[in-house]
Amino acid sequence: MNEVCFKNLTKDQCYSLKTYEASGGYSVWRKILKGDLTPEHIIDELKASGLRGRGGAGFPTGLKWSFMPRHSDGQKYVVCNSDEGEPGTCKDRDILRFNPHAVIEGMAIGGFVMNASVGYNYIRGEFMEPFYRFEDALKEAYEAGLLGQNINNSSVNFDLHTHLGAGAYICGEETALLESIEGKKGQPRFKPPFPANVGLFGKPTTINNTESFASVPEILSRGGQWFADIGVENSGGCKLFSVSGHVKSPANFEVPMGTSFKDLLKMAGGMRDGAKLKAVIPGGSSTPVLTAEVAMSMTMDYDGIEKVGSMLGAGSVIIMDESTCMVEVLTRLAHFYYDESCGQCTPCREGTGWLYRVLERIIDGNGKQDDIGLLLGVQDKIMGNTICALGDAAAMPVKSFLRNFRPEFEYYIKHGKSMVKE
Amino acid sequence: MISIDAKKQIDVWIAKYPKDRQSSAVMQALKIVQAENENRLSADTIQAVADYLDMPGIAAQEVATFYENYNHKKVGKHVIRFCHNISCMLNGADDLIKHLENKLGVKTGKITADGLISVKKVECLGACVGAPMFQINDEYFENLTSDKIDQIVNNLK
Repeated sequence: MNEVCFKNLTKDQCYSLKTYEASGGYSVWRKILKGDLTPEHIIDELKASGLRGRGGAGFPTGLKWSFMPRHSDGQKYVVCNSDEGEPGTCKDRDILRFNPHAVIEGMAIGGFVMNASVGYNYIRGEFMEPFYRFEDALKEAYEAGLLGQNINNSSVNFDLHTHLGAGAYICGEETALLESIEGKKGQPRFKPPFPANVGLFGKPTTINNTESFASVPEILSRGGQWFADIGVENSGGCKLFSVSGHVKSPANFEVPMGTSFKDLLKMAGGMRDGAKLKAVIPGGSSTPVLTAEVAMSMTMDYDGIEKVGSMLGAGSVIIMDESTCMVEVLTRLAHFYYDESCGQCTPCREGTGWLYRVLERIIDGNGKQDDIGLLLGVQDKIMGNTICALGDAAAMPVKSFLRNFRPEFEYYIKHGKSMVKE
Repeated sequence: MISIDAKKQIDVWIAKYPKDRQSSAVMQALKIVQAENENRLSADTIQAVADYLDMPGIAAQEVATFYENYNHKKVGKHVIRFCHNISCMLNGADDLIKHLENKLGVKTGKITADGLISVKKVECLGACVGAPMFQINDEYFENLTSDKIDQIVNNLK
């Protein structure tokens, strides 16, 4: 446990340059500056490591980096997505607070591999403590001569800046994030063109999640195969899981991919007050909810969770005990997507409002008999009909909650009150 | 309209972006100017930011109204932003919000009579393992209980 991003978690001043370097930090970057590593070698190692995007989409990082036109003329950018805000997700906040130098080194390595001399770390506007921590780390790295122009006479250039958000979940979508850095409303762009061709300020850009970048230095210093072997097939390495909800000791755990859900639950101290597990959202609010029985049989890796009908997402595990009213939970999630829809695509802008309002009237005791059909119809009209994935993210929970807990919704509509609450 | 000190702070942000891309600094510029103007933005302050960054007023207005962290109405000196999303909800946020409302004698969205505190329900703040939680100004407070809330609020001046 805690071998990569959380390697130094228990050490004194784990976020300092001194602690980071004492545990081998910046050794990969220094090798690059000496000319001892090539971009091709780094991409091969990343491919061998099986590292997949930790922000939720799970796209292989090595492959993503290889898509950048590194030999094309002109400015290119690397961007880190620290706009963490999907309900249940709170791992990047801890990486920024406790291991900011791993993010810096990971981004610098990415910059070298993709021939991008400038990077931006987009941190959500509310994360002021992580922002100051990251800024302090940047200052340390500049002062130590690890960043800047012609670093150590290596002819390698890398400048890194922080961009602060201002409260919009949608900016976690990579093209909305680019719009936001350009000082605009965070509304996703139509793809193609993909950011690797037309990205930030119209230049080739690669965007990775905080945890992905933070994993890179350790992977390269210990070898892609080492990382791959920690995990299971198709899910290399270890991953941070944020376990929250009705558990005794909610926390972030960095564990090998393929760890059983049962074991993860135990790490979080098990169910609180001896309550019985009812439901689990395994990867953040956008991923389909699972019943206790199904969850207890799954392993925490891409294929393991997909096999039981959900997704690993960002590894945001929300635990619900038997006292939980699933109608209330879905209503709260629907409110989130209604609030956070950027308003660009009609199916999402209107559909999320419909979902929320229908659920709200059920909660208020005014549900109508055909409301379940209406909810399923609306989510079906959103699904696949929007520019970005927020629409799907709003639709998917509706379908899974109704599939797994339909009697609760029927009861609420019929009796005007919750089946599980007094 | 924008103080010299605010301009200095904004210039730090402008320097991060390529030449002629100073409008990238608009989000922070609005935040800096907001902090200087009783924590809210007016049409005039938004226009002043736009002028300073040499961008159309409507473009700054779009940003100011799209993102959640900008205030267009009067808020308290301290804004308590209480997360009510799933992990916080499962850990009793709804009851704690009621407790806070009762203690302050105001509903969410309103300001206390002395203008000191306003309360807002917000979506996930990304601290789910510390639920229930809220944010006051720039600071996070986690693992809240009614006693802890009383203590925190009593210390606000």
